[in-house]
Order: sequence, then structure tokens, then C-alpha cells
Amino acid sequence: MLARFLAKRLLQLIPLLLIVTMVVFSLILLIPGDPTYAILGQEGSEEQREQLRKELGLDQPIHVQYARWLWNTVQGDLGRSLLTREKVADIVLRNAGATLQLVLFSVVLTVVAGILLGVAAVIKRGTIWETIVRMIGNLGVAIPSFVIAIFLVLIFSVKLRWLPATGFVNVTEDPVGFVKGTLLPAIALGSTGVAIISRQIRSSLLEVLEQEYIYTALSKGMKMSSVIWRHGLRNALLPAVTTIGVLLSHMIGGTIILESIFAIPGLGQVLVNSILQRDVTLLQGAVLFLVLLVVMINFLVDLAYTLIDPRIKL
Amino acid sequence: MRLKSVAKAFYKEKAAFYSLIYILIWLFIALFADWLVPYDPTAQNLANIYQPPSMEHLLGTDQLGRDIFSRAIMGSQTTFKAGFTAVLIPVLIGVPLGILSGYFGGWIDDVFMRIVDGILSFPGILLALAITGVLGVSLTNAMIAIGIIMTPEFARLARGQTKQIRSAAYIDASFISGGGSFWIMLRHIIPNIMPPLVVQISFSFSVAILIESGLSFLGLGAQSPQVSWGTLLKEGYLMIYAFPWMIYFPAFALSSMILAGNFVGDGLRVALDPKVKK
Repeated sequence: MLARFLAKRLLQLIPLLLIVTMVVFSLILLIPGDPTYAILGQEGSEEQREQLRKELGLDQPIHVQYARWLWNTVQGDLGRSLLTREKVADIVLRNAGATLQLVLFSVVLTVVAGILLGVAAVIKRGTIWETIVRMIGNLGVAIPSFVIAIFLVLIFSVKLRWLPATGFVNVTEDPVGFVKGTLLPAIALGSTGVAIISRQIRSSLLEVLEQEYIYTALSKGMKMSSVIWRHGLRNALLPAVTTIGVLLSHMIGGTIILESIFAIPGLGQVLVNSILQRDVTLLQGAVLFLVLLVVMINFLVDLAYTLIDPRIKL
Repeated sequence: MRLKSVAKAFYKEKAAFYSLIYILIWLFIALFADWLVPYDPTAQNLANIYQPPSMEHLLGTDQLGRDIFSRAIMGSQTTFKAGFTAVLIPVLIGVPLGILSGYFGGWIDDVFMRIVDGILSFPGILLALAITGVLGVSLTNAMIAIGIIMTPEFARLARGQTKQIRSAAYIDASFISGGGSFWIMLRHIIPNIMPPLVVQISFSFSVAILIESGLSFLGLGAQSPQVSWGTLLKEGYLMIYAFPWMIYFPAFALSSMILAGNFVGDGLRVALDPKVKK
């Protein structure tokens, strides 16, 4: 049963993957005028232009171009950087690590902080805590993560000098250094997420607390806080799973600016540099990697939701 | 229409009402920026760089001795231009496509929705960045890119609403009494998708100015001598150790505008749909 379910879901993924790859491929078609001028500038010689057209496959009809590009992509060949001639796949993989570490670290922080704040708002109903959580909810959604990042740097790096504003290290090299260098960007990246998750946990907890089994547990003599942790949260977490999927996609977009602020050598930096240097193949490669990551996360979240939710039968 | 009752309900949503007034004040500032600036926002004065805020220069001066207050006022023009362009493109392209797709249905509708889902898989800023990148770095291209990435969301909304209204009995009645498809869309469907569309527009305005400032911060939006709150933030961030006062105002202006846009969206949702409660 599970195998059939999985196979069905994987099949449904194919049209989505086709469209996503088409969008990434067609980026090159958006270049106004002759792409070789956009890439090489005015200086390039006619031979260079001819060479480039061949490399990009611009001398072929569009559907042939797409098919060839897709075929290469499926085999892991994303072409070569127009600037350094290095393989795009190598550049992308080399820089993906920093981005993934930042996003994962931030997700963990976000989920933990979001749950704690949401629960606090319910346990301390009617006190200043609830107001604080609701304020974080409004501000966290409105203040752009890069503005939050700037203020984190201002407070913790410039004024207090507790944490560095730059200095990313791999978690495998130096775990303590990793936390120090990544804490501020991870908080900034998670600000929207904390707001959304705490709000959601709060409202679904309030809903769960109306259920009869909660009254039963309370009348058995359980304390309110343990009822919330044992019974309430378990039921409130389910809708949060979908939210985390949406958030991850949002965060993968958000890293692009934060990497630039905190000088993290990740895919965001690769993207920005590829644009400034008109390196279209590298741009396509990095965009493709990130969007495939999002598609995969959404797929897994969808799967997890189906498997966890007892109401859905396979 | 029941415009009056909607306005009344909106007025009762205090946060939304005052947010709208706040946005209108900024709009006024943006429209008359040329007359409101105390100094020429591009005038350099290299003898007078990085001056802290004073009575003379309310927000100080930047790396070229330009008056930051004047630049922040000019920056509001960029914000509104980005917000309006980014909403106009999806309203003019996404909404009609969504209505047609939802109205006629069939396999075209299926394919259309697949494409919409595909584009929505991209994180917004990633796609905006990529489109700006290939079109060529400029503020106009950044605005076009933001408009493009908003389009699928509007198309999906218009399509969903259209499908719902299409199946109502009064549409059949209109058909029988001789109404053509075009007439039905104009007379019944467009007025009915207006309420959710207006809500979507105000939220999208916030998202658009957020992405515009982000792209400008990265150097992929407004190009000198154009000013955006994003570029002001970038210039301030580069000097954060020495002159942290440079970032306060642009950070406040940008965040408060986004917050106001969200509040207006929330208020409109409540005002336009009596079933929604806070």
C-alpha cells in the first residue's frame, strides 16, 4: 500500500518538475536582444559569439534546446560557468553546504522558539506574555528579515560585541564557531517563521483546549501545563508541519540577502555574483538547485503529513 | 454597490484605518517629493560627509555629503512605483488569464493551473532575482520581475473565484436569457471577484515593496542616482560600525510601510466579508 502510494506521488511530481525546469531553462530566452552581446559585451569577436551560441545551443530550435538542456541536467551536467569555465555543478555543490547549514540551523531555532512562544501565550493567557507574543507575530511578519539582521548586527556585534557580524565556518570544522558565526543570520532568517508558528500554535492550542478529552485529563488531576504539553501540543503540531514546508521555501529565498549581509559563502552569493557578472549558466544552475530543493521539501512535507495524520488513510 | 457599508466597516477596523491614512501620508510625500526636499538629494558636498543628524541635516549626510533626509523622501517614490507596478502587472495579466481559464475550464485550465503551481514553487525573491538578472540590472527590470512573480497568485485567485461563481444558478439564468460569455464575465464575474482581489492587492503591495528594497539592497534594483530605501539601508549597513544612525530612518520607513500594508489587508478582509472574524 505504501509503495503504491509513493509511486503515485512520485508520478504526480513529474509534470511539476517539467514546468519548473522549463521556467529555469527559459530564463536564457528572456535576455533582451542577442544574448551573446549581453554576455560578452560589445568587445567580443564574431568567432567568440559563434562559439558561445554553439555552447548555449542558441543555433537550435527552442524545443531541441530545452530537450538537450534537460537531458544534460538530468545527468548532472549544468554546463560551465561563462566566466571561470568551471563546471556549474561543482560550483553549486561547493557553495550549497553553507546555505543548507544556515537554513537547517534556522529551521530548528524557528520551530523551537515558535512552539515555546505559542505555548507561553496560551499558558499565560491574559497576561503581558500574550501581548508580547502577538506583537512579535505582527512585527515578525512585517519587518523584513534583512532589516532585522541589520539591527541584530548593530546590537550584538557593534554595541555589545558578543557575536561577529561575519565569519561563517562549517559545522564539521568547528561546531562552536559555526554557532557563533551563524546565530545572528539564523535568527534573522527565522523571524517571520517564529511569528507564524507561534501564532498558529497558539490558535490551534486554544482550539484543542476546548475538546472534551482535555477536560477529562484536567478532572483526573493533571496540571494545566502538563495537559498542554502532553495532549494539546501533540494535536496542535500537525497543522504546523505544513507551515514548516511553506516556511522552508520562504527561508531558502531569504538566505540570498542574508548571505550577502553576513558574508556567508553560500548559493545566495553565487546568485548575486552570477548576475553582476552576467554568468547566465551559473545563474540557471544555482536557481535550479534551489528550486529543486524547495520542490523536494514540499514533496517530503506532503508525504510526512499524510503519514502522520491518522485521519488520512492510504 | 454596498460601498458605503464597506467603508463604514473598514473605518471600524482602527488599525487598518490609521494604517491607510499613514500610507496616504507617504503617498502625498512621494507625489510632492520634489517640493518637499530641503536639499537636492543628489547634490554632493565632499567637505561635509558622514555628518550626524542635526537641525541642518535631520538625518545626517552620507558618504558623498548628500542629505539623507532628502534622499529618504525621494526613496518613497521608488517604493510606491515598485508597489504600483508590481500590482498592475498581475491585475492586467494574471486576473484576465485566471478568469478565462476558470470560465472555460477543460484541459487548457488544467495545464494553466499546472503552470501556475510550477511558478509558485519558486521562492518569490529567487525568481525575481533571476528575472532581473537576465533582463539586465535596473530598477525598471526589478519592478517588472516583481510584477511577473506576483502574476500566478492573482491568476489562481481569479480562477478559483470564477469557477465558484460560474457554477451558480444565476449564471445559468443569465445564459438562458441570452447573455453571452463576455457579458457574463463583465456583469457577474468581475464584480464578484473584486472583494478578494482588493485584499490580495493590499497584501501584494507589501510584498512588492519588501522585494524591491531587498533587490535594491543587493545592488540589483535602484541604481545611482536613483534612491530606494533599500539602497539607503545598504549604504548605512556598510558604515554600521562608525555611523549606525544612518540606518534608523530607512529601516523604520520600510518596516512601517509593510506593516501598514498588512494591516490594511487584514482590515479590508474583515470589512469586505462579514463572515470573517478577527
